[in-house]
Amino acid sequence: MKFSESWLRTFVDPKLGSEALSHLLTMAGLEVEELDPVAPPFDNVVVARVLEVNKHPDADRLNVCRVDIGGDEPAVIVCGAPNVAPGLRVPCALPGAVLPGGLTIKVAKVRGVESSGMLCSAKELGIAEDASGLLILPEDAALGRPLRNYLDLDDGLFTLKLTPNRADCLSLMGIAREVGAITGTPVRLPEVPAVPATIADRREVRLDAPEACPLYCGRVITGVDAKVPTPDWLKRRLERSGLRSISALVDVTNYVMLELGQPLHAFDNTRLTGSVHARLARPGEQLRLLNEQTVAIDPDVLVIADEVKPLAMAGIMGGEESGISLETSELFLESAFFSPRAIAGRARRYGFGSDASHRFERGVDFGGTRRAIERATRLILDICGGQAGPVVEAAAQLPARPAVRLRTARATAVLGLPLTADAIAALFSGLGLPCEREGDDFLVTPPTWRFDLEIEEDLIEEIARLHGYDNIPAPAPRGRLAMMGETEAARPLQRIRQILVDRGYQEVVNFAFVEESWEADFAANGQGIRLANPIASQMAVMRSTLIGGLVANLQTNLRRKQNRVRLFETGRSFRRVAEGGPVAGFHQPWKLAGLAYGGALPEGWGAGSRKVDFYDLKGDLEALLAPLPVRFERATHPALHPGRSARIVLAGKEIGHLGELHPQWLQKYELPLPAVVFEIELEAAKAAQLPAYAEVSKFPPVIRDLAIVVDQNLELQAILDGLKGRLPGLVKDVQLFDVYAGIGIPENKKSLAFRIVMQDTQRTLQDSEVDAALQQLMTFLEQDFAAHLRA
Amino acid sequence: MENLDLIVGEAREVFAAISDPDALEQAKARFLGKSGRITELLKGLGKLPPEDKKTAGAAINCAKEAVEAALNGRREAIRLAALEARLAEEALDVTLPGRTEGRGGLHPVTRSLERIEALFRSIGFEVADGPEIETDFHNFTALNTPEDHPARSMHDTFYLQDETGQVADGVLLRTHTSPIQARYMQAHVARYGHLEHMPEIRIIAPGRVYRVDSDATHSPMFHQVEGLWVGEGISFADLKGVVADFLRRFFESDDLKVRFRPSFFPFTEPSAEIDVAFMSGALEGRWLEIAGCGMVHPNVLRIAGIDPEKYTGFAFGFGPDRLTMLRYGVNDLRLFFEGDLRFLRQFV
Repeated sequence: MKFSESWLRTFVDPKLGSEALSHLLTMAGLEVEELDPVAPPFDNVVVARVLEVNKHPDADRLNVCRVDIGGDEPAVIVCGAPNVAPGLRVPCALPGAVLPGGLTIKVAKVRGVESSGMLCSAKELGIAEDASGLLILPEDAALGRPLRNYLDLDDGLFTLKLTPNRADCLSLMGIAREVGAITGTPVRLPEVPAVPATIADRREVRLDAPEACPLYCGRVITGVDAKVPTPDWLKRRLERSGLRSISALVDVTNYVMLELGQPLHAFDNTRLTGSVHARLARPGEQLRLLNEQTVAIDPDVLVIADEVKPLAMAGIMGGEESGISLETSELFLESAFFSPRAIAGRARRYGFGSDASHRFERGVDFGGTRRAIERATRLILDICGGQAGPVVEAAAQLPARPAVRLRTARATAVLGLPLTADAIAALFSGLGLPCEREGDDFLVTPPTWRFDLEIEEDLIEEIARLHGYDNIPAPAPRGRLAMMGETEAARPLQRIRQILVDRGYQEVVNFAFVEESWEADFAANGQGIRLANPIASQMAVMRSTLIGGLVANLQTNLRRKQNRVRLFETGRSFRRVAEGGPVAGFHQPWKLAGLAYGGALPEGWGAGSRKVDFYDLKGDLEALLAPLPVRFERATHPALHPGRSARIVLAGKEIGHLGELHPQWLQKYELPLPAVVFEIELEAAKAAQLPAYAEVSKFPPVIRDLAIVVDQNLELQAILDGLKGRLPGLVKDVQLFDVYAGIGIPENKKSLAFRIVMQDTQRTLQDSEVDAALQQLMTFLEQDFAAHLRA
Repeated sequence: MENLDLIVGEAREVFAAISDPDALEQAKARFLGKSGRITELLKGLGKLPPEDKKTAGAAINCAKEAVEAALNGRREAIRLAALEARLAEEALDVTLPGRTEGRGGLHPVTRSLERIEALFRSIGFEVADGPEIETDFHNFTALNTPEDHPARSMHDTFYLQDETGQVADGVLLRTHTSPIQARYMQAHVARYGHLEHMPEIRIIAPGRVYRVDSDATHSPMFHQVEGLWVGEGISFADLKGVVADFLRRFFESDDLKVRFRPSFFPFTEPSAEIDVAFMSGALEGRWLEIAGCGMVHPNVLRIAGIDPEKYTGFAFGFGPDRLTMLRYGVNDLRLFFEGDLRFLRQFV
């Protein structure tokens, strides 16, 4: 809501400067978003009249003018403006004036001719952008009058960011009421006497949907001249409220809407047939609107219609055909109350809104419907002439205003502020809220302009607002102390992040909506969850994997010459499912994904040039998940190199994947080196184990190395699994410490070297039992894996 | 008999001239070996008359000890010299950079979120979480924002398509973290509703939220932290106390100015916007809008099954992205979501 301060001050004029007023409004909940002066500071500029224009003797583009500045003697002023002409009234900066931008006006010779002032354009005065010529003033402007005063340039432009509950402040009158309440200043609301009918012309009104439109006033006005210009004072107020002047009739309806908050509509009366109906749209009805859009009107939309056709979407926008133009001479003027529920959301559904719908869907004062039509009639007759018929009013059941009870004890409890009933009574009286007092209770009847006072809390808010939020104490909170649970069987997300950070990974946060092709490439997901209204086509699908974002981050960083990249992200992923958790149809598990690229170590004098590989990330994951017994099993994944990818299994359940990005994606995403990625279920990573004690032996371990030769393709895990449960009791640990293939080993074979740790908690082991255990181990390996001892 | 003093003097000279440990051991043999001079003298003792044996023996032994002392002294000197030489050889350039596996870092907003969680945990707030694809009911209706409520246009909501390409009914990307309030309260009532006095709800709920908006100060995805405290006798004054305390702790600034001014949210009443003003730095003295808050609307409590006559509470919603920008002086919100290491590494 934009408005001019000087207009407001015609209703209420507190003894406060603009800034102080602005602060008070903001602290009362009418946030002042902007406060700008109409014109920058300048002085000594007056209304002047050009008497005579003569060519400058020595300069083609200059004129020497004699100008009446309201004094006894005309001034001689040299002027270069192309539109200067005798008879024009224009602003004249006198010697001593300082214009915006710092130009000081002095008596000075211009190409040899003395000039005692300067005629000004709007731009030179900082009022408007027009620099094409002098600012032309109306013919009745008083000569010598200070321009600031004449054009009311000391005015301030307020822009309020109103919350949807304060529809009552969508008018000057409403804001004036509020300013009166918060400053204790009397408010002079405009007096609107009824305009008597001078003709009998009338049009009947029918309320066919009385719940949606319980009150409608209509009036015929004939013989108007729609072509007369809008008076400057009215135009100025409109423009300073952010509305363009269109024509006198339209301007008057807009003016009354700004002044009183009641949107009005004017129909061309000659285009109407029979009586006017406020009714719901009929199936299949269409209407061409003033914005030149033709819409099919839904049956829950209220329309204003005549006997044969819809004329307007009630409270939203008029129809083009029945609208007024400069040729209109006969009006049907409408001032009505449309219920917020009948208007809300309709305009948005059609993709547009209007000043009228904005007000109606929030609530328009239904006590002022008639006042507004009288006010508009008066202005139309004064400006455009004509004769008014009687106001035809149709009324049904208006919104009930049940009294709202406020309990003083409740208010003080909710606010944490000790207030007496008398103090509350004083605040209500300041707000002009009619109320009855019953002991410490108040029964408040909401005024017709307040749609936000329905329950006790609404009144408590009013009390807090008027008392001032700043004046409510802010004590340290008191609450019951109870310790919070702190389970040891799960690790908090912070800990998981920190492990990755400590291992060199940088956390990123990526958008949850991604390019569709990422989903196809990295998750083989052709059925992604699409947004109905994406902000851009590359942000159209909800991600089921975090890998796409990490690959894009890698590309970004490679372009910026960051050649070693380690990233991770935690976030939700999204998939359609048949049932689903908290939101049916969608599975939204948290994922943890990482990516590494470039050197295994940061470049440096002491680091080799080895590139990061599968086993580096496997090590990171093992460290992350330790001591959980996770297994890595060969598996394929759409994002990954089929020979270099694994599924990660915990307690028989797949929790994620690890691998090198598939070479085809390296090529497509222009990655010169392999990138290794992993993605796991975050919940799985959060699992932890409660440590359990096992006795520590006091006797020395026996450590033996065992090197065997097996088939090249035999996986280590198969051996470890094979030995599980079959190891001699004294074998405590079997660790692989070397893998070798090449000279000395037959083709298609490899050597695996294990370190075998044997120990007993009760005694020192004998050589013979150690040898026997090793022999037993070797026998298993020979039988099950065709292994033999390395020579 | 040879002059013992001469032998000892000679041994000392010979040893002193040697710096090689092997040569020293060879030189030792000349004096103390099987046919060394001292050894020969000791062998000769037997030929002496018994009355001389004692004194001569003592003298020789004395000389032997002196030679051994000279030898050991020299051995130690040589060992020390060798150690000195080795230490000198092994000296490092201690100014070379240390070997490193590289350092990672948390996202700056995560840093803030972890601090926010820690601050609120310190006064007994638990952390709650909720879905990001949310039902229309939890995002709006349960928060006292029915269909067609004008407040819905305050949120530019992302909607989803169903499998046939139509706008899916009843689901959306959550526009705020407030639906977690609604879900948590419902769960709380399911668990404790039978009790005469339910335990208090004290939670904060950080998360990602979505709105159709994109420029230097708006991102289509951003973060929010929702806070909720519901109990018996919780008041607007408590809200002010908690929030002001939090902001001063978060910015580590006791002189931070905090003000509350009336505002409107469908799910709170009275509602407030929270502004802060720093007393130093680039933004000194300017009021900056930082959060919305208010007393939980009785309809919201009622929808969750909580009696608003018995229990009251407050809720607030902060933008941790904005808190992070203010704390570290970041001037473009978009930087948080671009994954540029040159930016992110500044917060290690």
